[in-house]
Amino acid sequence: MADVKAVHKHNREPFVHINKRDDMSWWKAWLVRIAAIIISILLMSLFAVMLTGNSISEIFETMFTAVFGRIETGSYKMLYKYLQEIAILLCLALALTPAFKMKFWNCGAEGQALIGGLGAMICMIEIGDKLPNGVLLLIVAVVSMISGAIWGVIPAIFKAFFNTNETLFTLMMNYIATQIIAYYVYIKGGGSNVIQPVDTGIIPIVSENKYLINIIVVAVITVVLYIYLKYSKQGYEISVVGESQNTARYIGINVKKVIIRTMCVSGALCGVAGMLLVSGTDHSIRTGTVGGQGFTAIMISWLGQFNPFIMVVMTALFKFLEIGMSKVAENAQLNASFSEIVLGVVILFVVGCEFFIRYSVKFRNAKKEDK
Amino acid sequence: MLVQFIFRAVLISIPLLYGATGEIITEKSGHLNLGIPGIMYVGAISGVSGAFIYENMCGNDPAKMNAVLAILIPLLCTIIGSALVGLLYSFLTVTMRANQNVTGLAITTFGIGIGNFLGGSLIKLVDSDIPSIALTSTSKYFKATLPFADKLGWFGDIFLSYDFLTYFAIIAAVVATIVLDKTRVGLNLRSVGENPATADAAGVNVAKYRYGATIIGAVVAGLGGIQYVMAYADGVWSNNAFGDRGWMAIAIVIFALWKPSMAILCSFLFGALCNLNNYINGLGTETQELFKMLPYVVTIIVLVFTSIRKKREHQPPESLGLNYFREER
Repeated sequence: MADVKAVHKHNREPFVHINKRDDMSWWKAWLVRIAAIIISILLMSLFAVMLTGNSISEIFETMFTAVFGRIETGSYKMLYKYLQEIAILLCLALALTPAFKMKFWNCGAEGQALIGGLGAMICMIEIGDKLPNGVLLLIVAVVSMISGAIWGVIPAIFKAFFNTNETLFTLMMNYIATQIIAYYVYIKGGGSNVIQPVDTGIIPIVSENKYLINIIVVAVITVVLYIYLKYSKQGYEISVVGESQNTARYIGINVKKVIIRTMCVSGALCGVAGMLLVSGTDHSIRTGTVGGQGFTAIMISWLGQFNPFIMVVMTALFKFLEIGMSKVAENAQLNASFSEIVLGVVILFVVGCEFFIRYSVKFRNAKKEDK
Repeated sequence: MLVQFIFRAVLISIPLLYGATGEIITEKSGHLNLGIPGIMYVGAISGVSGAFIYENMCGNDPAKMNAVLAILIPLLCTIIGSALVGLLYSFLTVTMRANQNVTGLAITTFGIGIGNFLGGSLIKLVDSDIPSIALTSTSKYFKATLPFADKLGWFGDIFLSYDFLTYFAIIAAVVATIVLDKTRVGLNLRSVGENPATADAAGVNVAKYRYGATIIGAVVAGLGGIQYVMAYADGVWSNNAFGDRGWMAIAIVIFALWKPSMAILCSFLFGALCNLNNYINGLGTETQELFKMLPYVVTIIVLVFTSIRKKREHQPPESLGLNYFREER
């Protein structure tokens, strides 16, 4: 009788049991993530093999030459272009990080960067010929940071005082920004959809590399932001507010002030990205200047676990896949959007693998063996 | 003029209404699915692929096509395609408890990628001069209207001259309202979105409801994609033509205060606002660009007002964006 009961009880036990765990060491967690990335890239490469008919080594060779150029020619042009693309995307991802750490889901990097870029563009066009370039650049930098910060702080004020949903608010701000740019471009472009590149107030070209200053600026931001988040008092306040607003209030942190201040920082850094694009790259502005990178940056910031240095690696990987896979698809006469599919799959894998880091899965039969 | 304006506004609003209804159903379960724009692309391209294959099977001869099949095949493809993406999203967020914002955005990247990749490949296949594929014969079946619609003057033009998917969108929104507000299933679904722990304690299967709501929501949103291609764009697919409509649908969800019946009115208003600039005389192109931001400005105003007034029935679902793990209290 007892036996039957035991069997019955056993059957009602769920097939899998999921436990939360917090004991996984950081290197093990990173092994899981790296494994997820490698598996997803291999999977997508195999998919590319099936589509193009090339061998897997040919695919990787195409990707490497598309990104780094042919090494034997001794030209580093492609490499610099690659670094420049990393710099812009990384700058946006870094900009989002303080907000995300505070659990403020800033989905408005696209708009904040556009408005920052607009600020830069207006300075370059309106006062470009009246001032020496050095002073002008300083003004351009300050104006773009301020305009980006304004665009970011509007949702933050409403979040702080009325708890307005910031994800939706910042999303909407993107589209308003896009339309403002469209309006401005139409006025300044004299009816066409382009503003001719201007040559005042642009970030100077040093040495043979066009984008060296962009890259240096972002490298500095990376280090400064790491120190800001990890060692400064404000960085500490951000993480406390992110963990629990009640705790923050209890220990005397002014939560409203922290939210608003952090979004100023976040928006201003987005503005820097906009300036690097307008003043440092295109010397002009259009609605597609940021080109959706504001959304990619959200994923990078999150995948980088809010650590600036890990974000550098993630951005490099993403840009590598994007450029490389586009080239693979193009070579095979396929649509370049293939790279978007690849990126999507890689992110989904990394997001999915977090499950195995945070939870342990026990199967029913395995548990029996324990006893 | 006015009739024409209303007609255009309704045409623009229908894909938005599908997206908004789908997203409301999903959000009521507590899942903020930012993958809707991608899902709508996938829905559209699945339907387009289905129609493309069927047209080719008939040797591109409209006379050989069967009206029922010409409609059913694309619809079925759309439903399967968007349901699969919805399943992927809910597997990651419900079972694997992945971050909803990141998963949603990744789904959007992935979905738009699939749409443009398959669309681009189809365009390459037909080898046409312009970068688009036209499925005009399938579109004709989708756009079939009631035979007496054009005989009724303005009344017919405003109310009866649309394709069947337009009416279905409104029916879907009304049914969604009734199910959410009046039935036990709807009550359970809302409780899952408000407070999953309480729902769980009351014996509601939280995971089942979240899976169900997300997948049904994805299918509804996907229908918006195929409606756009077949009815609005006359069966012409070109890459990125669908644009930002998915994000607009998410804006409508807020604007409609998470009520599908309100979403009908709101998406119509969005359609009108998007369209208004073409019907005001003497507007320069630059002012038209400013007019195009109106829908978003209005959405923000609604969002701010509802958060200031804090009326309980106008708030987003309490646990929107949060995953549920029973052992984490």
